[in-house]
Amino acid sequence: MAHPDGRTTPEPFVWLLFSAGGVVAALVLPVLLVLFGVAIPLGWVDAPGHAHLLAVLRNPLTRLGVIGVSALALVHAAHRLRFTVEHAFRLRRYDPIIATVCYGGALIGSAAAAYLMLGAL
Amino acid sequence: MISPLEARYYRRRMPLLWWAKRRSYATFMLRELSSLFVALFVVELLLLVRAVASGPAAYDDFLNAMANPAMIVINLVALAFVLLHAVTFANLTPRAMVVRVRGRTVPARAILAGVYLGWLLVTAFLAWLVVG
Repeated sequence: MAHPDGRTTPEPFVWLLFSAGGVVAALVLPVLLVLFGVAIPLGWVDAPGHAHLLAVLRNPLTRLGVIGVSALALVHAAHRLRFTVEHAFRLRRYDPIIATVCYGGALIGSAAAAYLMLGAL
Repeated sequence: MISPLEARYYRRRMPLLWWAKRRSYATFMLRELSSLFVALFVVELLLLVRAVASGPAAYDDFLNAMANPAMIVINLVALAFVLLHAVTFANLTPRAMVVRVRGRTVPARAILAGVYLGWLLVTAFLAWLVVG
């Protein structure tokens, strides 16, 4: 997208992914975290059987959903952490390094999600 | 005109921990920090997928690791931050999205009610999918 001074920057697309990731994370993550992080470990809810989870995860819609949710939520977190770290500790100067680490991490996580859902299951 | 070099002397230096000085700044930082826990839990979910893909024994190991008291404490902290993320992001919707029906703006409260209803439906569906 064109910048006022004529440069082309990917920033608007990153912000688009940022808000999509924020919405997806807000909708999907709390219930899964309550279940797998708290309710099942504390025995409030019986853990789903292995066969059941495997069947759910092998559904094509689940495969796409997990990849999409993981990638968007990770890009959201990367984008937000980039500016949080820079603002919190006044590290604007190091933006190229910080941005590379943040988006690189998100990219690796997304690739791992794609490999797990399409190759490993 | 002063040179940029001179201007440096007039610029106020920001203290390194500027956000610890006021409660509103600290709240802002906590909200931004929630993204760290969003990323952490995505990693946990991917580890769950990996365990399920590896077989019943690996899945049991994963469940045992999650039942470790230290892990439960970490996940409770993560849950607090993920809920902070969810609530602050949901409450932003009426400002990010102005809906007009027949020339009239839909009130923010109605949009918020829709957002939380949708959140409830997604939550119920996922809980049913996983445990049901």
